Amino acid sequence: MSGESKIDQSMDLRGVSCPLNYVKAKLKLEEMEVGQVLEILLDDGEPIVNVPRSAKEDGYKIMEIMQIEDYFKVLVKKGNIIE
Amino acid sequence: MSLNNEQIERYSRQILLPQVGGNGQEKLLTARVLVIGAGGLGSPVASYLAGAGVGTLGIVDSDEVELSNLHRQMIYSSDDIGKKKAVAAQNRLQRVNPDVKVVPYVLRLSSENIMEVIKEYDIVVDGSDNFPTRYLVNDACVLTKKTLIFGAFFRYEGQAMVIKPGEGPCLRCMFPSPPPPGLIPSCQEAGVLGALAGVIGLIQATETLKLILGIGVPQVGKLILFDALEMDLIKVNVGRDENCPVCSEKPTIKGLVDYEEFCGLKSSILPTS
Repeated sequence: MSGESKIDQSMDLRGVSCPLNYVKAKLKLEEMEVGQVLEILLDDGEPIVNVPRSAKEDGYKIMEIMQIEDYFKVLVKKGNIIE
Repeated sequence: MSLNNEQIERYSRQILLPQVGGNGQEKLLTARVLVIGAGGLGSPVASYLAGAGVGTLGIVDSDEVELSNLHRQMIYSSDDIGKKKAVAAQNRLQRVNPDVKVVPYVLRLSSENIMEVIKEYDIVVDGSDNFPTRYLVNDACVLTKKTLIFGAFFRYEGQAMVIKPGEGPCLRCMFPSPPPPGLIPSCQEAGVLGALAGVIGLIQATETLKLILGIGVPQVGKLILFDALEMDLIKVNVGRDENCPVCSEKPTIKGLVDYEEFCGLKSSILPTS
């Protein structure tokens, strides 16, 4: 939770319901380079519970989850352990 | 290839799978699969491959939709009766998924035309209902080294296997030639539980999707036997026959063979799939 992570790509997934929000994040992560960081904005409720969990299950690393007013900012790093 | 928003949503439930993702979806969208027979097996095979976004689907069938087909061939509705199956199937599949290019072939496969048809495709799914076609398709796939997903059913039992020429056994390794006509039940005896056709067809569809995606264990050399009454599914290991007339080192069959039709009414041992 350093807050110093470099952000390579950003997606606003607020208003996108589960699981389409994670599908979009996953497709973005797939085209990113190993080591890069994706910032995603997620609604409270199901999205903030499900999306980080799905990303972890797929082998991505959750760097940071930060609440901003009524939504969340999540930083996901593409590691080298997937596919 | 990048997926548009509609595609992302349409395929979201399979993109979510760890082994699929966007890369897997691209493999599906660029895959070319030929479905031989648009009947009891071809209906579920073609429907699920179209749903999954298999980019090009060839559908071979020379028959017309009959009322007695509808208990097991879910791709058709009552108002399709009398229409060419390949064309009716194309209409239906294109409504299911406009991403898919469906190519109908209203013809009966023979040694004269099969090479021309299968050369356009990477994977062949056999949903035919008769031995002449089954052996023709097997031999053509062996000669062109194309992966074939075999399937067949009868009454309450069915079977399926993946045939990868050069890697595993082919149909002739198991049964070197078609059975003599006398041993084949007449067409009138050939009933089938409609849902059984769905089970076998979906085993074939599942194997096809796995092969395209390169995931899981393709059932090469594993003859899957399904008994609906007992609800038994067993797998029998089948080896290559070193004397196989078509796929061995010294084949005795080097060209395509057109076998005689077996039964006066129709050439099926298996019900009109």
